[in-house]
Amino acid sequence: MLVHSRKGKLATWALFLVLFLPLFALPLLVILAASFSAHWSGAFPSGFTTGHYEAATRGESLTALTTSLVTAVSASLLALAVGSWAALAAASLKNGGKRVLDTLFMLPVAVPSVVVGLAVLVAFSKPPMILNGTRWIVILAHTILVTAFAYQSVSAAIVRLDPAYEQAAASLGARPSYVLWKVKLPLLLPSLNAAAGLCFALSMGELSATMMLYPPDWLPLPVQIYAATDRGSLFTGAAVAVVLMAATLLVLFGVSRVRTRASYR
Amino acid sequence: MASATLTVRAGKDKPPPKTPGWIWALPPVALLALFFLYPLALVVQQSVQPDTGGTSLQPYSDVFASEAFREALGTTVWLAVGATAGCLVLGFALALIIAFVPFPGGRAVARFIDVFLSFPSFLITLALLFIYGTKGMANGMWTDATGAAEGPFQFLTTPWGVLLAEITYFTPFVMRPLLAAFSQIDTAQLEVASSLGAKPGRIVRRVILPEALPALAAGGSLVLVMCLNEFGIVLFTGAKGVTTLPMLVYSKAILESDYPAACVVAVVNVAISVGLYGLYRVVSRRVGA
Repeated sequence: MLVHSRKGKLATWALFLVLFLPLFALPLLVILAASFSAHWSGAFPSGFTTGHYEAATRGESLTALTTSLVTAVSASLLALAVGSWAALAAASLKNGGKRVLDTLFMLPVAVPSVVVGLAVLVAFSKPPMILNGTRWIVILAHTILVTAFAYQSVSAAIVRLDPAYEQAAASLGARPSYVLWKVKLPLLLPSLNAAAGLCFALSMGELSATMMLYPPDWLPLPVQIYAATDRGSLFTGAAVAVVLMAATLLVLFGVSRVRTRASYR
Repeated sequence: MASATLTVRAGKDKPPPKTPGWIWALPPVALLALFFLYPLALVVQQSVQPDTGGTSLQPYSDVFASEAFREALGTTVWLAVGATAGCLVLGFALALIIAFVPFPGGRAVARFIDVFLSFPSFLITLALLFIYGTKGMANGMWTDATGAAEGPFQFLTTPWGVLLAEITYFTPFVMRPLLAAFSQIDTAQLEVASSLGAKPGRIVRRVILPEALPALAAGGSLVLVMCLNEFGIVLFTGAKGVTTLPMLVYSKAILESDYPAACVVAVVNVAISVGLYGLYRVVSRRVGA
């Protein structure tokens, strides 16, 4: 459309590949290659091995994987519950009220995650609620951080919802609670799914707040990767990183399968 | 959850509105206040009223006077501005090619970008360690080719390494809104401009860029805020020479256990980020992006 000559097109595509491949594809490939190699002291990795995966799928790394999964699933479910409740409540408010709710619930995006971690640490290290040193403080911080994204995507979905459905249901005498349960939520289900996937992915990779408050017995995968690279075992770090990426992708894929089935309703 | 959401909706419908709509907004707002706003307020309180007692602005003057803080502030701002500029230029160029010089596999690239966004940022730094680290790929190629003892790529532990990682990680955040905006442009406009003799550069400047400005502004300010708040990339770089504000919060609080100072830095960081984020919301609402 923009470039018509064959030569011009080829040149543009070449430019695209030159920019795109080294910047975006290479990093992921390099991590994958490193996780399978025994040495990397020259231009290319050498010595194929699956040893790093043996290290990455047992002992503390396996614990870290389950820790991350439990944290991410609970944080996403909590965030989804609070976020969609807030989004549904905001949608029923007048302009001013909706704007206040929008601002409040989007605030955690703007506040640096490290500061969220610090704030939670300061607030919940003293009575009446002492969560410091327990796994709950990590789950709480993750929930705070991802609620904003759940709120945002559910809000956007509510705006796109065709009001004709709920009006038709209401005109046929359905009570508001019935309309919500039987009409609105099923229509929102695909977006709720997508929001859950987003929250899960964000929580799986959360490092900043976690570094501020993880207890010694609740180390999620990103902390484990940092610990490995910090003591110089880059290859183990790469293998654990591949495990993290694979787990995230698997869950995202599963969630997208659910979504396609739900959208037939 | 089930019964909770049920009741939310009940508040919305008009006939007999016994409970006003805002009542249903209270529970989530109360949770947010307890678990997010109250802790933030405590941070602000700690910054002026340390546990040792007394109210003073002493922590502020101490922190503002310290060399480390000024350096961190400067580094944070220039890194964020530089990375945002880089992301805008690169993201615009790449999105332009995907949208207007379509090639086989373009959709796969768009999907790849979505996947890329779901990975954590520190993976990029980890990969860069293998590519540009002292024993990495680039230096390995150089030493293999020239026989030199050391490669020329030693920038990874300097701010430039952080800049490269941030540009890599955040460019897709600019590309997504741009691709959405480009899909709204009527390609007939481009054909007309082209048939009237406009060169591609002119079409980009006079037709595409004005249409893309809102998306550029929105994506750019989002990336600016995210760069100001970025922690994982800087932590993984492991460079003592690169300290940003979030890094300073971490090292003051966790490594030095100096909570009042950490709270002061946190307040400054929040003020900058939230101010910019407010600007982003205003901009994106004004342009309707």
